[in-house]
Amino acid sequence: MNPFRLGRWSPYAAGAGLGVLSWITFAFMGKALGVSTTPVCVVGGIERAVAPSHADSTAYLAKYIGTTADPKPVVDWQFALVLMLAVGAFVAARAAGKIRAERVPAVWAARFGPSRAVRYAAAFVGGVILIFGARMAGGCTSGHALSGGMQLALSGWVFMAAMFLAGVPTALLLYGRGEMKEVSNG
Amino acid sequence: MADVMTMSTTMGAMWFDTPGKLALGALTGLVFGFLLQKGGVSKFGVIVDQLRLKDFTVMKVMLTAIVVGGIGIYAMRAMGMEFPMHIKSAQMLGVGVGGLIFGVGMAVLGYCPGTAFAAIGEGSRHAWFGVLGMLVGAAVYAEAYPWLNEHLLKNFDLGKVTIDAQLGVSPWLVLIPLAIAVGALFFWMERAKRLTRPA
Repeated sequence: MNPFRLGRWSPYAAGAGLGVLSWITFAFMGKALGVSTTPVCVVGGIERAVAPSHADSTAYLAKYIGTTADPKPVVDWQFALVLMLAVGAFVAARAAGKIRAERVPAVWAARFGPSRAVRYAAAFVGGVILIFGARMAGGCTSGHALSGGMQLALSGWVFMAAMFLAGVPTALLLYGRGEMKEVSNG
Repeated sequence: MADVMTMSTTMGAMWFDTPGKLALGALTGLVFGFLLQKGGVSKFGVIVDQLRLKDFTVMKVMLTAIVVGGIGIYAMRAMGMEFPMHIKSAQMLGVGVGGLIFGVGMAVLGYCPGTAFAAIGEGSRHAWFGVLGMLVGAAVYAEAYPWLNEHLLKNFDLGKVTIDAQLGVSPWLVLIPLAIAVGALFFWMERAKRLTRPA
C-alpha cells in the first residue's frame, strides 16, 4: 500500500525517519530540531511591535530576538519549521483521510465531561505550564529529548527523566488508569 | 531613497531571516510534522496513554529517533564531516525543575509543543488553546527570567556536557549499549504484546 495513504506508520519507522531528518539538519543546515524557542520569538515580536522599549529591556526576549538597535530575526529557521510542522501533519492526515475536528478528546470527556469550554480552558492552562517548564529547562521534547538525547547530552536525558517523573503521576491523577480497553486514539 | 533602502533592510533583518534559511526550516518542518502524524504521536489519546503507561508509542518513536539519529551523527563526525553540535547546558536545577513542570503541562494539555502544532494540522481544536497558552507561558517566563536566572538556573550548572565526556569514554561506549538496550526493550515489548493478544 502507498505509505502516504497509510493511516498509521510503525512507530519505529516514524522514529527512524526523525533520526534521519536530524542527520540532515545537523550536517547540512547546522541546526537541531527544536520547537519551544518559537513561542518566545512570537511573544518577542508582538512586544517589539506594541511596546518596543519593554521588549528591549526584557533580557530573555533580547537573548533571542536582540533589541531594536541590534535586532535578530523574529521569523527564523525554527519559526518556519514550527509553522510548516502543522502543514506537514495536515498533509499526512489528509492523505490518509484522517482529518478530524477533535474538540473534547474521549479520555478527557470520560473524566471531566463533554464541556468544550472546560477542555479549552484546561488546554490553555496546560500550554502555559508546558512552555514555562520548557523555557526553564532550556528546551522541550524536540530540542532536549530528541536532539539532546541523540547527542548524548546530559541535559537531554535529565529532561526526559524529569518529564516522565512528573508527567506519569499527573496523568494517572487526572485521567485514572482507564479500565476501559477501547480508548479512542482517533 | 537611500534612507528607504537602509530602512527596509533593517526592517527585514529585524523580522525575517534569509529566504534560504526559512525555506530549509519550512522543508524540515514539513517532514517533521508528517512523521509525527504518521507515527501517531500527534494525538491527545496516544500521549496521555503513554503517560498512563498504557501505550508506548511515544517512547518507541522517541527512542528510535534518538538511537538512529545518534548513530548517524556520531558516524558522520567519525568520518571527518564537520558540523556544529547543539549541546544544551546541563543546568541541573533548571532542567530538572523545568522538566518536572513540563511533564505536568504535558499531562494537562495532552501534547508537547511540537505535537500540539502537529495536532492542529490534523484537526485538533483544543490544541489551538494550548498554543495560545504557550504564548502566554513564554511571555510570563520572559518576565520571571531575571529572578529565576539569579536564584535557580545559575546554581549547579555543569555546562554543555555529554554523558560520554562525563564518563570519560568514547560516545560509542554509550551509543552501542543504548541501542542494544532500546532494541531489547522493544523486542520484548512486541513479543509480550503478541503473547497477550489473540491473533
